[in-house]
Amino acid sequence: MAKVIVVTSGKGGVGKTTSTAALGAALAQRGEKTVVIDFDVGLRNLDLVMGAERRVVYDLVNVIQGDAKLPQALIRDKRVETLFLLPASQTRDKDALTEEGIATVMETLKKHFDWILCDSPAGIERGATLAMRHADTAVIVTNPEVSSVRDSDRIIGLLDSKTLKAENGERMDKHLLLTRYDATRAARGDMLKVDDVLEILSIPLLGIIPESSEVLRASNLGTPVTLADKASAPAIAYQQAARRLAGETLPVAIPGERRSLLEKMFGRRAA
Amino acid sequence: MNLLSLFNRKISAPAARERLQILLAHERVHLGGQSDLVTKLREEILAVVARHVNIDPEKVNVTMERGDNVSTLEVDIEIPLDAKKKAA
Repeated sequence: MAKVIVVTSGKGGVGKTTSTAALGAALAQRGEKTVVIDFDVGLRNLDLVMGAERRVVYDLVNVIQGDAKLPQALIRDKRVETLFLLPASQTRDKDALTEEGIATVMETLKKHFDWILCDSPAGIERGATLAMRHADTAVIVTNPEVSSVRDSDRIIGLLDSKTLKAENGERMDKHLLLTRYDATRAARGDMLKVDDVLEILSIPLLGIIPESSEVLRASNLGTPVTLADKASAPAIAYQQAARRLAGETLPVAIPGERRSLLEKMFGRRAA
Repeated sequence: MNLLSLFNRKISAPAARERLQILLAHERVHLGGQSDLVTKLREEILAVVARHVNIDPEKVNVTMERGDNVSTLEVDIEIPLDAKKKAA
């Protein structure tokens, strides 16, 4: 049975789509069948970040409205054969998604995939609540910045009340993915530190993705960052986050944190 | 910006942290996903109490505070001195 993950944030532009593509590709590379679904009807972009924009024929709305069968709308990735994309519609309005329609699609996908990653649109409207509706686990993408942290807190409230899990009295599994983190600025005191964000939001940490030019470079090329330069700092951070999602216990390193010679010699800082 | 102001510049992250803590403590109570639950609880608690004492619906305050491990529900009902008589 598939594990359903929603990648959400409330605020736009924090890296939901980038993270969905990167985590999806990393999970698929483990040989597990993975589908990434774009829920942003009218403003789809996951196809572009995945480099599949010219291969979209049918989309999620076509499937829900019965104009296409689910396998016709699924796009198989050209680099990783266990990775699939279900694009959103670019032309219809967001009301085209119905709760029953999504439920049917999710039930079918659960039978055929190991991982279902739902890329939520920004905001707290219908698209966002539908994207989280069927999730077992939520990845909350947050920048170390006040408006992003505030919106993440709001989304955590919705995850605990508007999802099927919450309505059944179960506990939604929530994880923080801190993106665009700059350890130097945090050390200088001009950016919220990892511990600040963790303390404010009080959810466990899935990973820290450093601010990096590699992220823009990968999206320019239409390649998930985990498939672009696999040795780059953000690629490593996403790969480790994917392994944690899959249940592995790995210590979270703060990427790019400078350590003095003494610290290097004697291991992690003492204080 | 002159050189002096560069040295005097205070770090900003503690301010961000403090502002968020104050704001979110407030928003979790008033807008959080649990606001539906709080509204429902308020109505039902009010109905039960009103069966036995006369109360002013305006003087009932129900709040929920979300914590790491436990959430607390606070019910604050003002009962006037002459409220003993049973409501009809």
